[in-house]
Amino acid sequence: MKNLIKPLVLAAACLPLTALAHKQWIAPSKTVLNVDGWVTFDAASSTDPFVRDHNAARLDNLVITAPDGSTVPPENPSAGKLRASFDLQLKQPGTYKIAVVNTGIAASWDDNGQTKRWPPRGTPFTPEGFAQEVPKKAKDLKVTQSIGRLETFVTAGKPSDTALKPTGKGLELVPVTGFNDLYTGEPATFQFLLDGKPAADVEVEVIADGTRYRNEVGEIELKTGKDGRFTIEWPQPGLYWLSASVQDKKADEPATERRSSYTASFEVLSP
Amino acid sequence: MRHRIPLALCSLLPGTALAANLDLSIELPRLDVAEYHRPFVAVWLEREDKSVAANLAVWYQQPKKGGPAQAAPAAPAAAAGAPQSGMQGVAGNQGGTKWLPDLRQWWRRSGRELALPVDGVTGATRAPGEHALSINLADLPAGSYKLVVEAAREEGGRELVDIPFQVPVKDAVSLKAKGSRELGAISLSVKP
Repeated sequence: MKNLIKPLVLAAACLPLTALAHKQWIAPSKTVLNVDGWVTFDAASSTDPFVRDHNAARLDNLVITAPDGSTVPPENPSAGKLRASFDLQLKQPGTYKIAVVNTGIAASWDDNGQTKRWPPRGTPFTPEGFAQEVPKKAKDLKVTQSIGRLETFVTAGKPSDTALKPTGKGLELVPVTGFNDLYTGEPATFQFLLDGKPAADVEVEVIADGTRYRNEVGEIELKTGKDGRFTIEWPQPGLYWLSASVQDKKADEPATERRSSYTASFEVLSP
Repeated sequence: MRHRIPLALCSLLPGTALAANLDLSIELPRLDVAEYHRPFVAVWLEREDKSVAANLAVWYQQPKKGGPAQAAPAAPAAAAGAPQSGMQGVAGNQGGTKWLPDLRQWWRRSGRELALPVDGVTGATRAPGEHALSINLADLPAGSYKLVVEAAREEGGRELVDIPFQVPVKDAVSLKAKGSRELGAISLSVKP
């Protein structure tokens, strides 16, 4: 036993930080429908994608973009303990983008051996609060800006891409293969953009739904090429969770570091 | 693709256009199940690149004639004892169009781009048994094609059967395929 435990502890200590964070997700009930069809969405964060066992997602920053580029409100939004949910009727033909975009600035520093953070969880960043609460010359002061996108896509009738135009801010995914045209046996190619430009060498993690019913998480690890593109081979039909993040120094003041993250769910069908 | 002309061909490929006469027989098996609903069926010709050369038939739950503008929950069921939801539920003015994406391959290859109904192509669901179709395609460019038959049934499964063939043919050819559950025997004869 002793020989076994040591490497296990070591392995746990070496896990990357992201492995400890909860994964956010939006799960659509269906992604390929006819016009006027209804879709329901669950949104939450949990250790394993799509497993409803932790916390509901906050939908304050939910924006649904219709195929014509207009914004439409969710229907029947509600928040439970384990998941938030909302419905959407696809009144227009084409592809809808469902996105929760969270942005913020947070500071951390060392105060006599204790790590201090500001702003407190759940409260927004304000320049006034920052000036008041964060000592300018604190030890190990780190001010990080975060831009996080959580997305999914559904299509009524023929897919379209008006709603998928990137905003040019942070990390975003654009289709090469249509987001709602995914089938087993057909490799799909997507492209990551950072501030609207191809994002090279980004590590992408993909996890299939159903982790609860198998022993291995079975992450698919990919990396974008020079052109920001990467290609996925879907092992089986079902929902997939895809996530990536990048860090750089292109932060807005007073932040000095920036973390851009992107997470999306896709449905893969059998041909 | 929004043509209302029967069997409209989107022949973008150059080459000699030839007439082809297709005689099809499609068997919908009689299934011994507690709750049987007639399947939705799509029949089309696929080019080598999987694009659709022609839609031959699409059978689905039709809108109720003179039905209400909206399928109101209080409306009487389309057939006595029919469930109030699902592919064969209350037809209303939409019919079963909600469930057409369940013909997954057909929906992807052409259904999602069509304005329904299509004269001479779309029609009501068919009862179990053999159904014959006779089709004369006036200008089908020479090449390799597949006849594809897809069926999806409420409370049942989905099945796709295809028969590859060549155009033109010198002599009449007769080809056969068989489904395993949702489709029975499929036969195709191609005549010059």
